Amino acid sequence: MSGAEKIQAKVTEITPLNELVTRFRFERIDGGQLPTFSGGAHTVVEMQDGGITRLNPYSLMSDPFDQSSYTISVRRDDEGRGGSLFMHRQVKLGDEMTISYPVNLFSLDLRARKHLFLAGGIGITPFLAQIKQLELLHGHWELHYACRNHALASYADQLTDRHPNETHLYYDDQNQQIDLENLLSGQPLGTHVYVCGPKGMIDWVRNTAAAEGWPEDCVHYEEFLAPQPGKPFEVRLAASDKVVHVGENESLLEAIEREGVDAPYLCRGGACGQCETVVLDHDGNFVHRDHWLTDEEKASGKKIMPCVSRFEGKSLVLDR
Amino acid sequence: MTIQFNDESFRDDYTFHNSDWAIKRFPFPFHEDSYMYSVNMEQHRGGPEGSVYEMRFDVDEHYVSEMKDRAMVLDQDPLRCQSLPHMTLAGWDLLELIMVSKSEDYPELFELHRNGNQWRWINKPLGIDHSFTFMDETTLPYGPMEYITRQAQGDFAVLDQRDEMLWMDAGMVTTQADWSLDFDIGMNFFEWHAPVPKAHEMGIFQRALKFLLNIQQGAPARRLNWTMTVNPLLDTSPENYHKWGIQKTTLTPENIAHKQHLRVELQTFFRLPRSNALVFPIRCYLCSFQDLMTVPKWGRRLHRVIRDLPEELATYKGFIDNRPMMLDYLSQFDDGLPTSPGIWPDLETEPPLSK
Repeated sequence: MSGAEKIQAKVTEITPLNELVTRFRFERIDGGQLPTFSGGAHTVVEMQDGGITRLNPYSLMSDPFDQSSYTISVRRDDEGRGGSLFMHRQVKLGDEMTISYPVNLFSLDLRARKHLFLAGGIGITPFLAQIKQLELLHGHWELHYACRNHALASYADQLTDRHPNETHLYYDDQNQQIDLENLLSGQPLGTHVYVCGPKGMIDWVRNTAAAEGWPEDCVHYEEFLAPQPGKPFEVRLAASDKVVHVGENESLLEAIEREGVDAPYLCRGGACGQCETVVLDHDGNFVHRDHWLTDEEKASGKKIMPCVSRFEGKSLVLDR
Repeated sequence: MTIQFNDESFRDDYTFHNSDWAIKRFPFPFHEDSYMYSVNMEQHRGGPEGSVYEMRFDVDEHYVSEMKDRAMVLDQDPLRCQSLPHMTLAGWDLLELIMVSKSEDYPELFELHRNGNQWRWINKPLGIDHSFTFMDETTLPYGPMEYITRQAQGDFAVLDQRDEMLWMDAGMVTTQADWSLDFDIGMNFFEWHAPVPKAHEMGIFQRALKFLLNIQQGAPARRLNWTMTVNPLLDTSPENYHKWGIQKTTLTPENIAHKQHLRVELQTFFRLPRSNALVFPIRCYLCSFQDLMTVPKWGRRLHRVIRDLPEELATYKGFIDNRPMMLDYLSQFDDGLPTSPGIWPDLETEPPLSK
């Protein structure tokens, strides 16, 4: 079996927060306790969407030590392949769904003297759990949260109410922007910076921190990529001797799973490295989209991350 | 099943002994007639009834005496237990894991009563009945990791996970096969494995690290490792090498049967939920050659494995000088018959020694 351990859960609360974001609460079907987790962990939610099984990762935003329920917040992506639309439109109160045990690819560095959180939009969710964890442990933290406008700033009011001194908000429609260079240069020794948001924001923070001489291991980021639609293509799976057609709106990993071939995975977002697959032969071009393979590996044409990457060309043979 | 706890020593007069029950459930580490390194990992989700694999943390007849030996080691050398400041949360994780596991797996020996953060822990074999506040160190006599590992057999390495790497940032290490927590504390996975021969070239550690980094909550793993120990010593540490190293020279053809022990480590790996750290319990089992030879399959196989082991490995495991004497002894129990695959004794199906 691939992926983390599974939990049978039911949806016990659906709360629309604003035009784009809805919160879902899960409890165990058997009424038992859920595992505790560490702030920054995600769960993979299984969606039975017609004939398609979708497996999407969402950051857990609830109190990591609260074992009664888990909550996630899902931003609707009208351009995406349909996972978030399924959550928004199909999932009803009381629905039974399979979710995974928590997996953390964005954990706090507990050595840090101070945790500096930089969130963009829906990237706020892992920080909500981390903040709850640090409050319990009496950790030192500060949040800078940038959003399009106040109406779309999920949890901003709640954060400001509870943590007025730690929370700093920035709204695009008011031309407010994080003064990153000054913010970073003013941090005390032993600060770790964490960024979660759009790719442009992550690159901006990493590059600015690097330019200011921050050690790489003090800069943490999480960017889950949603698989993007693309041109259909064919792939031959050599080990299982199958030819699989990858449709426009499914990922290579999903197509492999659809054919009953068990392939390892964890994050399904190009970050964890679990689904790394050896390319035996190819005639065409890869569309590498992951954060896992090095540039050299991508150029070599010998490896692919089927959760987010695709292929355009005549033939592709994988060792699966 | 009720466990009768032995009153025995792992030093001085060495009254340590295995009952017939303990011999039959000894985790013999060789699944075939030869040995080479591998990342021989499997899931740790129970095993045959009565085997050392059955429970999450195996408790056996040596429990009470092993805990007394640990207390003696710590009394003489407090640095055998260390936890860097950021590892306290992982210590609470470990305390919870062990208390919950033991109270569920051995309800007649251990009880855990929880009311929110008010916990009551009852350890009957050690005579402990203690109420404390979970996550409040001031309510325990030691830090959480030290408190619980003074009540759990085996060593514990608690590894922080950062930057795609594991770090030896806390541990309780008093029953080790010649490595030192005090030396390794703060090192990363490759640094603390640097002394192991051959495995680096074989890429073993890259593969092992990748596997360990991906161990997830609710899905623990395990493997066996082994070495040789003269006299049933739990504490074969570098710190005390001057005391036990010399004992290797006391082996004679007359005393080898009861003095020479096969030392097996049941290594398990659990992801800790609150800290995202990894705990690596290393449980040591000792069995004398003469007790092992009561299982015909193990007699045949141990001779073949020791005979064919590459020289570097026999040197690294510290028995190269005694190997000829071991082989003289073990060869008496190898009649050349084939052996069944797997580690189990197979007493009913394997033929008795025919020579």
